[in-house]
Amino acid sequence: MIRDLLADLTTHDRQADRVVPPTGHTAWLTAFTAGAMTFLAVFALALSLAAGRLADRWSEALARTSTVRISAPPDQAAAQTQAVLDLLATTPGIASARALTDEEQRALLEPWFGPDLPVDALPIPRLVELVEEGEGYDGEGLRQRLSAEAPGAVLDDHTRWRQPLAVAAGRLRLLGLASIVLILATMAAMITLAANASLAANAQVIRVLRLVGARDSYIARAFVRRFTLRALTGAAAGAVAGMLGIAFLPSADAAGGFLTGLAFQGAGWLWPLLLPPLAGVVAFTATRIAALRKLKDLP
Amino acid sequence: MIAFDNVAYSYGGGELLSDITLRLAPGSFHFLTGPSGAGKSTFLKLCYAELLPTAGRVTIFDREVRSIGRDDVARMRRRIGVVHQDCQFLDHLPLATNVTLPLTVSGRDSPAQDLTDLLGWVGLAHLADALPPSLSGGERQRAAVARAVIMGPDVILADEPTGNLDWELSLRLLTLLVELNRMGKTIVIATHDMNLIRNAKQQVAARVLRIKNRHIQLAGADL
Repeated sequence: MIRDLLADLTTHDRQADRVVPPTGHTAWLTAFTAGAMTFLAVFALALSLAAGRLADRWSEALARTSTVRISAPPDQAAAQTQAVLDLLATTPGIASARALTDEEQRALLEPWFGPDLPVDALPIPRLVELVEEGEGYDGEGLRQRLSAEAPGAVLDDHTRWRQPLAVAAGRLRLLGLASIVLILATMAAMITLAANASLAANAQVIRVLRLVGARDSYIARAFVRRFTLRALTGAAAGAVAGMLGIAFLPSADAAGGFLTGLAFQGAGWLWPLLLPPLAGVVAFTATRIAALRKLKDLP
Repeated sequence: MIAFDNVAYSYGGGELLSDITLRLAPGSFHFLTGPSGAGKSTFLKLCYAELLPTAGRVTIFDREVRSIGRDDVARMRRRIGVVHQDCQFLDHLPLATNVTLPLTVSGRDSPAQDLTDLLGWVGLAHLADALPPSLSGGERQRAAVARAVIMGPDVILADEPTGNLDWELSLRLLTLLVELNRMGKTIVIATHDMNLIRNAKQQVAARVLRIKNRHIQLAGADL
């Protein structure tokens, strides 16, 4: 099919191009549809790639770290913290473990309680951050040892909230890809409608061509070439507009997160350039199928 | 060249043509007569496979039409020139381009001098750049003849070619078709114009076929 497409697009037969009269509204309809759909597809692609990055970031950042939360009476907090650190130091699969300082804990709580939180005066659990190595640690075994050595210590391996986030980001990525597929399918449907309208409007032209001995492939080529080039042109414009739109989105910042991180990154800017050729293939296929099906019904 | 064996054609539940058996020999000249609605156009359409028989066999250039694929039908039509009463053209293209359309679709070039000679032969050289909608009925008929013969076809089928023409133009068109027959082309003209047939029989050995009650009969010399 790709070979047919390239042959149809590169074989420039001026006479064959001219046998079908120019039709203004279907030309604009096809180009506009391809442009609008490609514009949307660029955003769907950006969404999908950003969701992918987010899923990877969340997974990578959280997969190798865990937290031990120690809720103990103030007079036992230091001892239990030390016991936990000693225990973690001898646990296989743990590269390092350290207790968060008061400043770090204050920084964590600052968004909710403000900068003047008296950490020392409040019964705030101590937090110990640990980093895994190799195959990781045995979570169930560590929990049992912690409950024996430091009754107030609770291991949080982040699975509880990391998993749904990673799943959500993964689904968002799939949603973006599904959107692109739907957009291309919609484009195919609209171009098929436009091609059918054009074929119906040119019934007399087709009849004359058949009468003088034109083969179906010759007649179809005149329509297919026209619709494919229109779709390519419209899609190229849509892709450029979409990329400009993405480029002018506010840049990512520390507080922005996902919504401001939609822009393509690095080689990711090449992905939208695939959309116009893809639109061309969709238009070529849709028009060719519509044309050959229609022609088969004619004498 | 074209043969019908017990051919019938039904349309809308009724039989329009029935039990037709005949041969159109190379170089022959036939008129096809009959009242309006008798099936003359249907017969011609069966001759170039625009319609398929509902019974019997139609053989064109030694191939049974049902066994011919669509591409082969297209190639076969390049050997059959058709002139319709309502000569249809591509209205957005000039007359010269319309006349050379059979060459264009078959991927052949049209030498400019040949085209000029052909248009001169049908008296339309001065209208080469005109668009079809601006042509008169007679000019369209002659343009259709030019388009029908440009590929050097073996057979020319004309459906009421003089229907829109005055007597003088009708005779001129008839003369063109007689000339083509003398070049060896097989000619079939569907018409109900008896004067035209009488005039033609003075110039060429034409046979007259008459469609009557769904059957084709060879008409007598009393025409």
